[in-house]
Amino acid sequence: VSPEADLTSVQDIAERVAGGTLSATDVLEQSLGEIAARDGEIHAFVTLDSDGARAQAAEVDRMVASGENPGLLAGVPVALKDNMCVRGVRTTCSSRILDNWHPPYNATVVERLRSAGAVIVGKTNLDEFAMGSSTEHSSFGPTRNPHCIDRVPGGSSGGSTAAVAAGMVPVGLGSDTGGSIRQPAAFCGVVGMKPTYGMVSRYGLIAFASSLDQIGPITTSVADAALVFEVIAGHDARDSTSLDRPAPRLLPMCDRDIEGVRVGLVEELVQGADPEVAAQVTAAAEALAGMGAVIENVSVPEVGLGLPAYYLIAPAEASSNLARYDGVRYGLRVDGQDVEAMNSATRAAGFGAEVKRRVMLGTFALSSGYYDAYYGQAQRVRTIIVQAFESVYRRVDVLLGATTPTPAFELGAKTGDPLAMYLSDLFTVPSNLAGHPAVSVPFGQSADGLPIGVQVLAPALGEPVMFQVAAAIERAAGSEKTK
Amino acid sequence: VTTTSDKRAFEPVIGLEVHCELRTATKLFCACRNEFGDEPNTNICPVCLGLPGSLPVLNARAVEYAMRIGTALHCEIRPNRFDRKNYFYPDMPKDYQISQFAEPINVSGFLELPDGSRVGIVRAHIEEDTGKTTHMGAGGRIHDADYSLVDYNRAGVPLVEIVSEPDITSAEQAHLYAAELRAILVASGASDGRMEEGSMRIDANVSVRRQGTTELGTRCEIKNLNSLRSLVRAIEHEIARQAEVISSGGRVVQQTRHWDEESGVTVPLRSKEEAFDYRYFSEPDLVPVEPDQKWLSEVEGALGPMPADRRAALVKALRGEPSQAQNDQVVTLVGQDLDSLVLAAVAAGIDPGLALRRTANEAAAEAERARALDPTTYATLLRMEQEGELTSTQSKAVLSVMLSSGGDPVAIAAAKGFEALADDSLADLVRQIVEANPAEWERYCAGEAKLQQFFTGQVMRATKGQANGKSVEAELERLRG
Repeated sequence: VSPEADLTSVQDIAERVAGGTLSATDVLEQSLGEIAARDGEIHAFVTLDSDGARAQAAEVDRMVASGENPGLLAGVPVALKDNMCVRGVRTTCSSRILDNWHPPYNATVVERLRSAGAVIVGKTNLDEFAMGSSTEHSSFGPTRNPHCIDRVPGGSSGGSTAAVAAGMVPVGLGSDTGGSIRQPAAFCGVVGMKPTYGMVSRYGLIAFASSLDQIGPITTSVADAALVFEVIAGHDARDSTSLDRPAPRLLPMCDRDIEGVRVGLVEELVQGADPEVAAQVTAAAEALAGMGAVIENVSVPEVGLGLPAYYLIAPAEASSNLARYDGVRYGLRVDGQDVEAMNSATRAAGFGAEVKRRVMLGTFALSSGYYDAYYGQAQRVRTIIVQAFESVYRRVDVLLGATTPTPAFELGAKTGDPLAMYLSDLFTVPSNLAGHPAVSVPFGQSADGLPIGVQVLAPALGEPVMFQVAAAIERAAGSEKTK
Repeated sequence: VTTTSDKRAFEPVIGLEVHCELRTATKLFCACRNEFGDEPNTNICPVCLGLPGSLPVLNARAVEYAMRIGTALHCEIRPNRFDRKNYFYPDMPKDYQISQFAEPINVSGFLELPDGSRVGIVRAHIEEDTGKTTHMGAGGRIHDADYSLVDYNRAGVPLVEIVSEPDITSAEQAHLYAAELRAILVASGASDGRMEEGSMRIDANVSVRRQGTTELGTRCEIKNLNSLRSLVRAIEHEIARQAEVISSGGRVVQQTRHWDEESGVTVPLRSKEEAFDYRYFSEPDLVPVEPDQKWLSEVEGALGPMPADRRAALVKALRGEPSQAQNDQVVTLVGQDLDSLVLAAVAAGIDPGLALRRTANEAAAEAERARALDPTTYATLLRMEQEGELTSTQSKAVLSVMLSSGGDPVAIAAAKGFEALADDSLADLVRQIVEANPAEWERYCAGEAKLQQFFTGQVMRATKGQANGKSVEAELERLRG
């Protein structure tokens, strides 16, 4: 009988599987068992690929047995947000419009995960086309927060995040367009990282807003996120926006002390938050100061411009990216008298309300006569935000703030009020607009026992120092817990 | 419907938009084959089908070909980037076209026509082609089709769209422009220019204004011009239509119109009010292109001579001011790719007038076969004619054989029996005829010049007209001493 795997640790599983003391097949069965036991309630997965996963696990076991190198993520079960393509596996974006679509190709991240020995267990729930902050806007119904079943897990990568937080898999991949990895990570008490734009290939990621989308890891520890990042990052010739440089090593940064690292505590990323969230950010800053970091209070008022700019740029790009779902080639088709009628009927039936809202918003923002006042203006604001960050990063190495204004809210609390829902991205969108990396690390709890996330932001390519600080926050959080 | 006088009262203003498919091996944003005529939907992949999650990667060769076109059209080649042109159409896989709107690669050039006139080039930018829709059943048109089939082999094929200034003032000039542009595209190696395969497609913007006025009239854009003949007919029809509208007190409505080849008229497709709002914005999946000086120089250096350069070279080879007829022959020969035959012959010492005449009058009549002629062999034929070994009639006969079945002119002339008359045997024959007619010979020697015609006639009769008259005269004078 094989010893039980720790389904919350990427490193533990990868080391033991590669070392031959744990079989990938057993790890997978254990993961599938957890999913069977808990996912009826949580609803993190929309599609399980048990057969594909078993074949993949068997291959890893064969490699280990024959002395081949199984890779950095040997036998590690992975949950994949259902907007990333896996050949032959149904991919839905949680939308009716992709009705039973099976991609004929793999996303680059899928190929990198598999060649590192990872085992893709299945596809997870999201807000339709990643548009949302609660994973309630899904044609498959909502995902629930494992910490509190009445609460949302955040979104849009709610499925992957909940799967990790519930201990079904040690890692999930999400995509982050305006906070869709970090916000659910904060809500579910796990680590969620958005890399520098261009670090991780978008090839095979179904686009929401192309200039903002980035894939990133969701794990229970900072070191696990570092390890998974190293596997999925790096140049890809199939993505023209991919940076032509190798992925930096982040794992060694996780043990490094933070003596002298300059941390800017961003007024605007704290003040707008609930007092109990703000208190945890302040506590994290104090803990960092106690570890030798230099804390400086900084003000970056321009981050407040992020949300309105984001809600023009992202819908504008989305309105174009989602045009292809027209019923002609794949997915849902609702017949009509002529092509135009078929297009309209298909899109009317296939898209949910939130997607329609954003497609209309984006179409309007790009329209002749309105372009300059809306999309053009938003792009100018984007430049202003980039410049504001550049200016503050001359003084500090990283920035610190809350990930979200509040802890996880209750299901249904904001579905009737889109604007209130959008405000939960207030602290996360600036990093997407700037193309900068950011990571959410769990730190403390609310009075109700809900997890709270602290966000570390860094300049472009600043992942190493960002992970150095994030790991320190994680250590501080651990020692808080044991007090 | 329009009287001639009405027509003369109006001056047309014409601009052409030419879409030209680049002859790259692969498509603009993926590695699928760029090939006309393959089985439908065989040259497709996730990228050119616009499948969810796929991303475009720019084909550097397409950029290079666009730069060649820009260079040949004297454009400024600029740092450039791509935009999305958004509109729904079933043969467009992403329901947007990746094109260059705000920052095109080539701007501000010109094209010089063979008659010396210039047409400005506004821009020549890169974009992707769409798929091809075939409407099935009933009349084969979209409104009465039972269903439609889409072939995506063409989707993502690289195009350069060349937009002219509205400098063109007649259907004939539009024809000249299109023909010259086509020749330039082919000469640059960027396109095969095959209109019948759709690799060169033309839209014409036509407006008219009263003679002597300068304000531009309302224009109509005419689509579906699949041949130079259609281009001319459609423009002529459209000029007449607009003149008629204005003459009868109406107003031209800004429209996109479709040329109906069969009925010979343009019909409205959509008006300005129904025009698409393309919602252009910068393509976020691609990065800007900034051709550096090294690349620009390489492209410029590799570009062969353009038709205008070749015409100039041919005129220069003629040594002296060419006649109008010769100018026309120069244009024809360059257009038919036969100028190299003339130049090679002149270089081999053939009289330029003879080389031009024989090539333009005889060889050009079978241009395709003429292009297969070996220039050295061709020059040999012309030398035989120049040196009197062959008469012009014989030379043409030998050339005809060379064109139809190839071969060496000396051997062909010999087989035809031309050779014998060209040297010693002609002298023998003349002597025999002189000996057979002593009285006439005496009178000839005494200075009776008209008897030269008598002897020449005898020789011609004996040779069935194949002797060279001048050679006969020369031989007679030699015998007379």
